[in-house]
Amino acid sequence: MKRSTNSSVHAARSAWLISGLLIAFLAAFGAGCGSSSSTSSTGSGSTSGVLQKLGKGEGQLNLIEWPGYVEDKWVKPFEQQTGCTVKKKDAGTSDEMVQLMRTGQYDGVSASGNATARLVAGGDVAPVNVDLVPNYKTVFADIKDQPYNTFDGVHYGIPHGRGANLLMWNPNTVKPAPTSWGSILDPKQAAKYKGQISAYDDPIYIADAAVYLKAHQPDLGITNPYELDEKQFNAAVDLLKAQQPNVGEYWSSATKQISSFTNGDDAIGTTWQYQYFALKADGQPVATIPGGQQGFLPTEGATGWSDTWMISSQAAHPNCMYMWMNYVISPKANAQIAEYFGEAPAQSKACGQTSDPSFCSKYHAADPGFWKRVYYWQTPLADCGDDRGSVCMDYNAWVSAWTTIKG
Amino acid sequence: MGRRLADLLHGRPRLQVGALLAGPMGWLVVGYLGSLAVLMIAAFWGVDPLSGKLSKSFTGENFKTLANDPVYRDVAWRTIRIALFVTITDIALAFPIAFFMAKIATRRAKAALVVAVLMPLWSGYLVKVYAWRTLLSHDGVLNWALNPIGLHGPSYGLTAIWLVMSYLWLPYMIIPIYAGLERIPDSLLSASEDLGAKPWTTFRRVIVPMAFPAVVAGSIFTFSLTLGDFITPTLVSNTQLIGNVVFSNITNNLPLASAFATVPIVVMVIYLLIARRLGAFEHL
Repeated sequence: MKRSTNSSVHAARSAWLISGLLIAFLAAFGAGCGSSSSTSSTGSGSTSGVLQKLGKGEGQLNLIEWPGYVEDKWVKPFEQQTGCTVKKKDAGTSDEMVQLMRTGQYDGVSASGNATARLVAGGDVAPVNVDLVPNYKTVFADIKDQPYNTFDGVHYGIPHGRGANLLMWNPNTVKPAPTSWGSILDPKQAAKYKGQISAYDDPIYIADAAVYLKAHQPDLGITNPYELDEKQFNAAVDLLKAQQPNVGEYWSSATKQISSFTNGDDAIGTTWQYQYFALKADGQPVATIPGGQQGFLPTEGATGWSDTWMISSQAAHPNCMYMWMNYVISPKANAQIAEYFGEAPAQSKACGQTSDPSFCSKYHAADPGFWKRVYYWQTPLADCGDDRGSVCMDYNAWVSAWTTIKG
Repeated sequence: MGRRLADLLHGRPRLQVGALLAGPMGWLVVGYLGSLAVLMIAAFWGVDPLSGKLSKSFTGENFKTLANDPVYRDVAWRTIRIALFVTITDIALAFPIAFFMAKIATRRAKAALVVAVLMPLWSGYLVKVYAWRTLLSHDGVLNWALNPIGLHGPSYGLTAIWLVMSYLWLPYMIIPIYAGLERIPDSLLSASEDLGAKPWTTFRRVIVPMAFPAVVAGSIFTFSLTLGDFITPTLVSNTQLIGNVVFSNITNNLPLASAFATVPIVVMVIYLLIARRLGAFEHL
């Protein structure tokens, strides 16, 4: 008995000691963070100016990439030409890219449109002097000066590739062939494929619902699926909440979706060209909306992405970064990247360099009519970008709504 | 040098203990408590809506969001439920196996069983979850085997999460229970029998009370591992657990993710307090 009271006193004492240490740490960290926040706020304000003249390469280059953009096949020749040794860091999502760029340890990033505005607003990237990127001249005109790569008339990066999000299905299960996103978004039609619908696992998927509503509920007055005021946003979120019980799987990586189509778990859903051609090459029964003027797109059009190489405002190797931005949109390299990654090249001259001569037509690279109906990913901001003012739902609202949609 | 060190330590027990514990205690305080402290602080920060950067000023907004939006309660409750189901399932599966290993099996069979139980831990976590993903898929082995008798396996969902987690954490339940049962002397069981107890009474009145701390130790593993897992739910379901919500918010809204990450900590503290109340730690 004596022993046990003794040991419990002992235990209580060590518990007090541990909580004391914890409090001490709280205080220490709190103080440390307080002081670092004041330095970082001044640091982000000072955006380094635009480079005016290209100098000698610094011998090194640190990049953040979507897996597949920085591969030995085209990096080795670049390193030989410029003497810039490339180090890459993979990012899985746009959010991760933003986070990595904020460390200031990287020279550049292959940002999608749902990251670019955040990077510009945070002062993490610098404007690009396109005169120092000679290959920029022959980039397809319809991806220049877009809201996700040009801000207040200032270029913030070099577009290098794009793709549309497609509607894909298994023709053995899904009959007749659908022509509209309604097949997975309209609650009545979607119920037909309960448990077999494949949806993209990212807050930006809310824009897919907005594209559908833009066409089917004109009274909502949606003009841009990324600039949604509260009423429009809630309508899109409600549509996806109604879709949730019918969803078989939310896919966050291409391989996950490929496996669920291969194993018969999912039969219809939103996808990228990459998965469609990969499944087709594997002999799986998949289809998307057939050719002609419509291309791959359902009647409403579709969301899509256009990726941009951006230079960090704190780049330690700016000359190498400029050489890289020029190199990735050179005809040969741009063709290699596009074919490896499964996207439409940005460089118009790349189409003559692809190993598959029909590659550019498969991916509609030189078909502006196709891309007119593609709404490229953009960062949702509170400022609607039109006369509605700052009443739109910002990206934070999109992220928390996404949690609610998945339930 | 070694000599001088020995001289220095000689006759100074406090210094000896201090030197011995400096490494592990440093690790515990800096690595473990330090990261917990950062988590607790970050839970009270906010995020600048335009740039998404952290604003390091004190706010209770995150906890208000968690309390007011029913989705977070649903997710937390779902996670706790699954963790309880997995724990109960693992106890039910582990007890007979552990009992056989500790009391019935021959020395050789015992060694073989210990190896068999530990074997799955040799292969990677991801490999096992992906294997289950393939097993449970629409065209998978399970449906192929069940279809001829007119049955259908569970497709991806909560049931699948429960199955996979119960499988994954089973060794963490078997080993502590096995160790606990091993410590019960056979003579106690004989004594119980000699005094006229039926097998069931012996089990209830002798084995269960003595093995209880071991069961609780195992349940702490299965419960806390389920509470924190986020990979299994993404691979075999379309629902989300606490870990998934934390993961999807961590890059964009770190403070909210931190605030939600305090939920499993609180749940574990309550769990441990209940376990203590039931006397699980009395023999430690």
